[in-house]
Amino acid sequence: MNDMRIVERTVDTKEIKISARNCQVYYGDTHAIKDVDVDIEDKTVTAFIGPSGCGKSTFLRCLNRMNDTIDICRVEGEILLDGEDIYDTQVDPVQLRAKVGMVFQKPNPFPKSIYDNIAYGPRIHGLAKNKADLDEIVEKSLRRGAIWNEVKDRLHSPGTGLSGGQQQRLCIARAVATEPEVLLMDEPCSALDPIATAQVEELIDELRSNYSVVIVTHSMQQAARVSQKTAFFHLGNLVEFGETGHIFTNPSDPRTESYITGRIG
Amino acid sequence: MPVLWLVLIVIALGVVGFFAGRQRALASAGGDARDLHSLPNYYGANVFLFVVIPSLLMLLMWALIQPIVIENQVEGLIPESAIAEGSSLGLVMSDVRRVADGLDAAVAQGAMTAERASSIRTEFTDVRDRLGAVGVALGSDVGSEVLRAAQRYRALSGTYGWMKTIAVLGLALAGFAYAFVSTNKTFRARNTVEAVLKALLILASSIAILTTLGIVLSMLFEARNFFAQYSWTEFFFGSTWSPNFRGGSELGILPLLWGTLYISFIALLVAVPIGLFAAIYMSEYAGPRMRAVAKPLIEILAGIPTIVYGLFALITVGPMLRDYFAQPLGLGESSASVATAGIVMGIMLIPFVSSLSDDIINAVPQSMRDGSLGLGATKSETIKQVVVPAALPGIVGAVLLAASRAIGETMIVVLGAGAAAKMSLNPFEAMTTVTVKIVSQLTGDTDFASPETLVAFALGLTLFVITLGLNIVALIIVRKYREQYE
Repeated sequence: MNDMRIVERTVDTKEIKISARNCQVYYGDTHAIKDVDVDIEDKTVTAFIGPSGCGKSTFLRCLNRMNDTIDICRVEGEILLDGEDIYDTQVDPVQLRAKVGMVFQKPNPFPKSIYDNIAYGPRIHGLAKNKADLDEIVEKSLRRGAIWNEVKDRLHSPGTGLSGGQQQRLCIARAVATEPEVLLMDEPCSALDPIATAQVEELIDELRSNYSVVIVTHSMQQAARVSQKTAFFHLGNLVEFGETGHIFTNPSDPRTESYITGRIG
Repeated sequence: MPVLWLVLIVIALGVVGFFAGRQRALASAGGDARDLHSLPNYYGANVFLFVVIPSLLMLLMWALIQPIVIENQVEGLIPESAIAEGSSLGLVMSDVRRVADGLDAAVAQGAMTAERASSIRTEFTDVRDRLGAVGVALGSDVGSEVLRAAQRYRALSGTYGWMKTIAVLGLALAGFAYAFVSTNKTFRARNTVEAVLKALLILASSIAILTTLGIVLSMLFEARNFFAQYSWTEFFFGSTWSPNFRGGSELGILPLLWGTLYISFIALLVAVPIGLFAAIYMSEYAGPRMRAVAKPLIEILAGIPTIVYGLFALITVGPMLRDYFAQPLGLGESSASVATAGIVMGIMLIPFVSSLSDDIINAVPQSMRDGSLGLGATKSETIKQVVVPAALPGIVGAVLLAASRAIGETMIVVLGAGAAAKMSLNPFEAMTTVTVKIVSQLTGDTDFASPETLVAFALGLTLFVITLGLNIVALIIVRKYREQYE
């Protein structure tokens, strides 16, 4: 496959945006994430790969405390965003989630108009001074979401009426509209066809210039195409973390190699 | 033969058929159930159904048709002269049936031999006395024509009874034979049983629909009688309700409709916010343990009989409202008031609104909440701006269902709001509703020819149309909502 060609990417040394140390997650009695240490850089796309149930989505959801909404979930260890512990009692998870946006596996537009979908976050956080300001934010976000040209004439028709790929780009635009610093994406392309996937991947690459992006994916080609750093999870452990090119061409752990070459997974 | 015995015999025959059919099917496959088209029990069930269904249908038809046929034949025995002034053939025929029943009872108790029962004549015996002795009271002396007709009635009943037994058992045996003979290993018994089950389900649903239709038709006919005697414009647009059984009544529906809508409005004003907030708490905030305790407790409210709510309105809520609100504010002296009935009815409707809304809020996909929380919204912002709007069509449906309950409620209004038909804006004044007036027009001595009684049917029909309209709107909204998340 053409896409499997790994180009050596120039990765400058960048500042660390999120760093997790000795992170443990439990679902009731199940130990879902074990001793994960990872440093996520700013203005970089980091991919989490691994077989189903390996904990990569769980870990992703720890990064903006979405796991708080699950009663039986318990997180231990330290996760620092810009050097501050996000699990500190002083931190308001609502504020945190405004800074760390999230895009989900299934497109989940609200049953509102396209405009209101995008304006949702800015309205909640009071980002717009007036209507004209809000209009501007909506347009800018939709342009960033690479969907402006398709929806500019029907901003007030329902977001649920768009196609799957358009809905997902709408959700990305919605996440971008709150001006987050980090964007978490949980298998954003798994419900999309190849054309829509290509559009979303192109979008992710563009978003890299402003945000730190973390993407969970089942497609190793996708990880290879869009990311600069890759983390391989297996059975709740972070097995290997490093340059994407390095992981795919010269993995140091035999489990990583087996997964990448398709022997396990 | 009594019907019960007949039914039991047919069923016993069916059970025998079940085992015989099963056995025969197995035998035809050489004892190996795998060679059969269907499972062995299906062959048994097939024979059972063939025995039971046609014969019991026959029994049912016979029971419906036999009295008509007998009556037609007996009627000929009653001459015009035997029908007294002011009486009718129907009344005489009911006398005939009573005498016939009396003779049956006398024979059954041994007070008379069967032979004597069919040969006694009024000329020689006082039939009224004899039947009175066995506990069958007759209103007047039995005329000779009536007695003869009754004897004929008994004779025909006996003959037809035997014919019925023979026909039913014959049909059962024929069904048995047919199904038994056609049982072999290639016979598709499962498909037959499937078809019968489908027919049974269709029957059940059509009974429900036909009953509704029957209710509407019966109301429609009586209401037509009413409108033949009373002008419909005065009924629908009249603003005075003063029925008077001596004539000259004014039967305007507007004060009743006003009372109904006013009380329902207050009830919804109480039930919708409380029910909705309770539902939101239950589905979004309460932990599983809290939910397990509180939800059944709320639903207990739905199980309280409405008359008990009525007592609560009468004894507690009514006097309380009067003492603390109506009298100090100078709005009224009566403990029966629109507010009393409305508030208590609202309490009754809380579980309706809350449990339906709870289900609907739970049906909003978790991905919606995640999407909103992921954007940094708080829980209440998420509920207010995403969950409730997404569930809104369903919630509206729940509210409309509650509204049609409120409109049809009677007991709470009788005890809580009084019986005065008035049009007033003051919520502390006694008013009444359509349902209460239906009850009061139909209780006591009623003459089904006067508009004062028949108006009840016109009121009922109006109410039915209103609630039907609300239900249809609710259904359309709920259906539209369902499509949204599929």
